Amino acid sequence: MMPIGYYLFLSMALFLIGAIGVVTRRNVIVVLMSIELILNAANINLVAFSRIFGDVAGQVFALFIIADAAAEAAVGLGIIIAFFRNRETVLEDEMDLLKW
Amino acid sequence: MTPSGYFLEHLWLIPLFPLVTAALMLLIGRLLPRSAVSFFCVGSVLLSFVYAAGAVYQLLAVAPENRVYQQILFEWITPGAMPGPGGLFNFVADWGYLLDPLSCVMVLVVTGVGFLIHVYSIGYMGHEGGYYRFFGYMNLFMFSMLTLVLANNLLFLFVGWEGVGLCSYLLIGFYFLKKSACDAGKKAFIVNRIGDTGFLLGMFLVATTFGTVRFTSQMLSDPVAYPGILETLRAMVDQRQLLYGAPVLTGIALLLFVGATGKSAQIPLYVWLPDAMEGPTPVSALIHAATMVTAGVYMVVRMSAIYQLAPVAMDVVAIIGATTAIFAASMAMVQNDIKKVLAYSTISQLGYMFLALGVGAFAAGIFHLMTHAFFKALLFLGAGSVIHALSGEQDLRKMGGLWNTIPATSRPFLIATLAITGIPPLAGFFSKDEILGDVFNRHNEAFIVDRYLFLWGIGLITAGITAFYMFRLLFLAFFGRSRVPTELEEHIHESPKSMTVPLAILAFLSICGGWFALPVLWGEKNTFKTFLEPVLSGVKIETGAVELGQHTLLKEYLLMMASVGIAVLGIWLAYRVYLQYPKLRYKIIAAWPRLYNLLVHKYYVDEIYDALFVNRVKDLSTAFSVVDAKLIDGVCVDGAGWLARMFSRISMWWDKWVVDGLVNLVGKVTNALSVPVRMFQTGVFSSYALLILLGLAILLGYYGHHMHTIVRNLR
Repeated sequence: MMPIGYYLFLSMALFLIGAIGVVTRRNVIVVLMSIELILNAANINLVAFSRIFGDVAGQVFALFIIADAAAEAAVGLGIIIAFFRNRETVLEDEMDLLKW
Repeated sequence: MTPSGYFLEHLWLIPLFPLVTAALMLLIGRLLPRSAVSFFCVGSVLLSFVYAAGAVYQLLAVAPENRVYQQILFEWITPGAMPGPGGLFNFVADWGYLLDPLSCVMVLVVTGVGFLIHVYSIGYMGHEGGYYRFFGYMNLFMFSMLTLVLANNLLFLFVGWEGVGLCSYLLIGFYFLKKSACDAGKKAFIVNRIGDTGFLLGMFLVATTFGTVRFTSQMLSDPVAYPGILETLRAMVDQRQLLYGAPVLTGIALLLFVGATGKSAQIPLYVWLPDAMEGPTPVSALIHAATMVTAGVYMVVRMSAIYQLAPVAMDVVAIIGATTAIFAASMAMVQNDIKKVLAYSTISQLGYMFLALGVGAFAAGIFHLMTHAFFKALLFLGAGSVIHALSGEQDLRKMGGLWNTIPATSRPFLIATLAITGIPPLAGFFSKDEILGDVFNRHNEAFIVDRYLFLWGIGLITAGITAFYMFRLLFLAFFGRSRVPTELEEHIHESPKSMTVPLAILAFLSICGGWFALPVLWGEKNTFKTFLEPVLSGVKIETGAVELGQHTLLKEYLLMMASVGIAVLGIWLAYRVYLQYPKLRYKIIAAWPRLYNLLVHKYYVDEIYDALFVNRVKDLSTAFSVVDAKLIDGVCVDGAGWLARMFSRISMWWDKWVVDGLVNLVGKVTNALSVPVRMFQTGVFSSYALLILLGLAILLGYYGHHMHTIVRNLR
């Protein structure tokens, strides 16, 4: 059995890529994709610990998160399309209506 | 036996009929066709006449001393106890009707002549606008006049008195687009108000003196609980509380007479009647000749018991009456407007009536009132017919030669003229002769010159002047060369049947109306006087009560010849001046220009009144208007405005700087406090994400050793 450190490392790498993407990218679609990476990083963690502890609850959680991610992507993309139709942009620094 | 019967029990219907149609006309009359207006309005007056005739017939069925019918519908004004003679008394004014011989005469004259004039109006007003309005007012007038003559107390009589005044005002100003008509209406109303003040004061004095305003308690179920003036007066005289010539009685009589001078156009309040001719001619005939202007005469006769005990007031009435008679007659001589001549003639004839009342000949006064109603209504309606024929021309100088062109008008007109002139055996002869005879009979037997001889002389001269101006009118209008403008001459036409038939009926009455009261010469006794006797007997006092002497036959012959003689003299003069020698009048005018001017300008009375009263009132009003403008408007209103503005300015400052300032302060403080908090809300998504990540990193760093333990345990 592979040591858990690998999994955690992979998970951490995915999380960091996602987090950096969320913080640095201006395109909201890319931000959404980065959030997907973060969610998948969490999934890898859950599945890995589930395997180590021999408890399937972690895998069930992972399944829920996948479904949740799909829903979130659908809703997020819908919002973005609606926003694009209004403002003709998907760049987050131009979304400044509520800015003081 | 007390009078009873259907018509007497329904006495209250007599004034009600015209009231109902008046209300109908004034509410929805505009929507009705002319035929319906005529049907309702003339029909209601006819119904009144039928009911009045029925009631009179049923009253006549009983013995003369019982000929009183009194009906109290309800107690109208009951203010409770009031201070009066001998302590508190319970003042009550009824809504009640009284039919006695005096009101019999009045109600028949009012409804009868009124009905004929209503019929006449159908033709006369046929082409006028406001047909329904005219008939509405006329019916309202009939209601008021019938209330006046049928009222059983002074206050209710006053309701009718004011009602006829109102209708007079409305009908004089019927052509309300004409300024002169509006002014005449206002003048009539205001002059009448002056008289009404006296009437009201007299009525108050009656109430406090006698404790009641009801004329009589005869034929009431409980005479003690319902006292009448006549009975109270009799009791007070019997107990020597009031003596012959008592000041309070003189006061009442004079004050009521002030009211009568206003309504009946006597000096000094006669000025409104000539101007009242601005109204349509049927109005002049009904209101300003036959009925309303005689209300003063009726009222004085109604209160005759009081007048008989007030010799000073009687003399005042007689002198005013005689003066008015000759004064108005002299002005009638030079008038050129056909209706103005008749207006002054009316004033003069009313003066005759008051002369009669003033010497105690109440029956003669009422008799002249009745015959005058017939022939003066006929004269006015005839004049209206002439005006109608000449398409509205009223100037006598533009008439003439109409005798054969409009025969159905000219023949009755001649009869009326003869009647007013006093030619036997027409109505006016009997009534006028009766008055002159009664005046002469008060004269001292010793043929010493006294005031009654003097009054009789004035009356006689007035009769001559009357004959002169009436025949002047007749000759100028109907005889001689036609002076009608040619463009009018082609349109001369006889009036329709609805106008000529009333003329014919009135002509018949002007001939026969006097035969009710043939003087002693022709019969046993004067039936008219006997008929009215129960109402006029008054309160007999041993000392000095008015007692008319009996006519001796020789004296009566001589008096009659004198009055007929002077009438014929007047006619002859008018014939000479206006028919035989038409140029003669210019010579007369040239001979006495100042006298002529005085008469043409009506003795400058209007100008004198303007100078003495009207302009003084205007000056007073101007002074008040200055006070209004400077003190009320300037100091009070403007001052209040200025103060309000000052206060509002202070208030505004307070609002702006203190109230608003506090509100703004709260806002500013909140704003200032919010600045550091707002700084976090950059609105930049990536910085939020960064902060979240940083927070996560801090959390993880803080709990890092736990993680370390967890990871170590996993190994």
